[in-house]
Amino acid sequence: MKNKVNREIPESVLNKGYKPYGEEVEKVVQRVAPTVHTSDGSGKLCDSIADVVKKTLKDGMTISFHHHFRAGDHVFNLVMREIIDQGIKDLTLAPSSLHAVMNDLVIEGINKGTITKIETSGMRGSLGEVVSHGALKEPVVFRSHGARARAIESGRVKIDVAFLGVPIADKYGNANGMEGDAAFGSLGYALVDAQYADRVVLLTDNIVDAPHTPASIKQTQVDYVVKVDEVGDPDKIGSGATRFTKDPKELKIAQMANEVIVNSPYFKDGFSFQTGSGAAALAVARYLKQDMIKHDIKASFALGGITSPIVDLAKEGLVRKVMDVQDFDKGAADSMMNNANQQEIDASWYADPDNKGSMTDQVDVVILSALEIDTKFNVNVMTGSDGVIRGAIGGHQDCSAGGKLVIVTAPLTRGRLATVVRDVTNVTTPGSTIDVLVTEYGVAINPERKDLVEKLSKVPGLPIIDINELADKAEKLVGKPEPLKFKDNTVGIIEYRDGTVIDTIKEVDD
Amino acid sequence: MEERLRRTMMFVPGNNPGMIKDAGIYGADSIMFDLEDSVSLAEKYAARALVYEALQTVDYGDTELVVRINGIGTPYIDNDIRAMVKAGIDVIRLPKTETAEMVKELEKKVAAAEKEFGREEGSTKLMAAIESAKGVLHTEEIATASDRMIGMALSAEDYTTDMKTHRYPDGAELEFARNMILHACRAAGIAAFDTVFTNMNDVEGFRRETEHIHELGFDGKSLINPRQIDWVNEIYAPKKEDIFKAQRIIAALKEAEENGSGVVSMDGQMVDRPVVLRAQRTIALAKASNMLNERGEYIEK
Repeated sequence: MKNKVNREIPESVLNKGYKPYGEEVEKVVQRVAPTVHTSDGSGKLCDSIADVVKKTLKDGMTISFHHHFRAGDHVFNLVMREIIDQGIKDLTLAPSSLHAVMNDLVIEGINKGTITKIETSGMRGSLGEVVSHGALKEPVVFRSHGARARAIESGRVKIDVAFLGVPIADKYGNANGMEGDAAFGSLGYALVDAQYADRVVLLTDNIVDAPHTPASIKQTQVDYVVKVDEVGDPDKIGSGATRFTKDPKELKIAQMANEVIVNSPYFKDGFSFQTGSGAAALAVARYLKQDMIKHDIKASFALGGITSPIVDLAKEGLVRKVMDVQDFDKGAADSMMNNANQQEIDASWYADPDNKGSMTDQVDVVILSALEIDTKFNVNVMTGSDGVIRGAIGGHQDCSAGGKLVIVTAPLTRGRLATVVRDVTNVTTPGSTIDVLVTEYGVAINPERKDLVEKLSKVPGLPIIDINELADKAEKLVGKPEPLKFKDNTVGIIEYRDGTVIDTIKEVDD
Repeated sequence: MEERLRRTMMFVPGNNPGMIKDAGIYGADSIMFDLEDSVSLAEKYAARALVYEALQTVDYGDTELVVRINGIGTPYIDNDIRAMVKAGIDVIRLPKTETAEMVKELEKKVAAAEKEFGREEGSTKLMAAIESAKGVLHTEEIATASDRMIGMALSAEDYTTDMKTHRYPDGAELEFARNMILHACRAAGIAAFDTVFTNMNDVEGFRRETEHIHELGFDGKSLINPRQIDWVNEIYAPKKEDIFKAQRIIAALKEAEENGSGVVSMDGQMVDRPVVLRAQRTIALAKASNMLNERGEYIEK
């Protein structure tokens, strides 16, 4: 059957207990609690990864990791190597997301039958290629950061063992993400795993005297602590300090996005925002800063993946609180330790629709990116224009659902591919939750937002353009591609944040 | 007819498809596609074809489109002209212009191309780049060599080489050439463009130079990077009090027109024609600088 964004959801997916996107979901939910293996006083330190894998893991279990080390991650590969070598089979891999640095071992795990199911925010590169070509029998389930927290809390995802790398911990398992050589800042995504997994294994290269504080993960949650040589490569965890782009096109887009914000009804004292880490989004932060100073406006909070420019705004008193689920660069990670106004938040607090109030549901202005956006404002951040998986939902659905002014910034075309299209390859975020698209050719406003159309049309020099016209322009520039060919086999299920299915990804047919 | 604003003329190398495709989005008053110095000999044909195709397919709105062709005496000039006239370019810019004869020769070739491709005669405008001592000394005759001339530009790199000097931060080495070009242009009633500023890291130097040429009276500046457009426009933006004054003058002009009076007066004093012209230019600049709302009222930024 077709769901509310006109996507055909196959019976095989609905038979897994899914509702199609658009159907009502329960507003009163029951959470689960983890199994607890009570402390017997014998200590939690384990000699080796081999040892801890033997103690905790069996065929058919669900394991999890976090992706806070990003491209510098060593933990995933160390653990997965051992799991594969021990011949464990039929695991469900349910990390917060998968980085390309993990791809080789995931693919090896799939080929050897170690990994038979994956639930993640996204994947890229070679892993996306093999999954899109049908490497797994079961479709991969893609969830937003908020939706993952929801699925874990509700028991839809039951993590048997969470392998969580930390840059510092004591021998009882008190740990945080902001100290040590491989510090990455907020442990936001891992905190849900620490709270709900049956077994929590910390891996660290830096065991310090107990009790260690501040403790983001607490000893009450941790089963084992394993010392490894190096949890991550500091140089690859995040860039030194996020640099502002000098690309004139990015700057042009940023300037227009800033005009949209400043001329919107939301730009007033106490407003809140999330910019993310894209080049244009970061440049928006710079323009926004100038306007905040000029109009004497201060933000109540900045949310999300945090970068140096955002913590600088906080240091300068322009942002009161930084609500931090993840840090994208070293500057942001370092400042978490010293800035009391930079609050670590877990994925549930950040973005979970099924709790008593998440930050994404409170935020005013959100800037998001898109691989594709169509004339219905539906956004695809998951598959490329070749149909191959090469992205991640991240907080996209959560922020767009909650934000009051949701701006997508994207160039009209990338190389020879159109970004603004008639129909996206896959819908990850419904157009009904997107308010404005800013491209280098002008600003398209969702016609549902009559208030914004009215307000922004009066801004001198701000080119307002119909999204259909943008799609025409893109087509004129790069031509109309042949329709993609897919096989019947479903290789991915894109969940909406409420747990319904917004789209499915088909096996590509090349 | 309202005078065209030419604050910014952005150079776009004719062999760079990405820049050619995006050239229209930055709000330059004029775009200058270059077939000359930024294109190597091996790429001359490809660049010509690329610019030709772009002019057929890319929508540059009402931006003035200029092409710098290869100069008189090169083997490329005839086909450069034919291709660009066929594509319907607004303005052809002749590099290394030194005499009125060169402009006349160009005009002849352009007229022939217009005939060949069925373009309206005279629809292709011309401008000259002055890049040598000889050119500077002949600016007056160059500016008036053709009715198609819309402007002259200083090209400082070649000029300073010719003068056995190079560029200095204070610009003293360019002062004579700038004034010669400017006076010739003003006398002929055409636009004067200043040279490029190539150091993108020296924003202060760029602003200083732009403020200087703005004071002298240049229409605008040649640019090598889209980021420079806003910097120029900021300097050319009129001041609030000038806008208010201009609005009052325009209102007085309107009143005089409505009353059928040939004399514009404000506060009991006659307003001279040059003052009216300046007021009109101020309003045009204010509009282009997004300083007026849809009702033409000044908006505080």
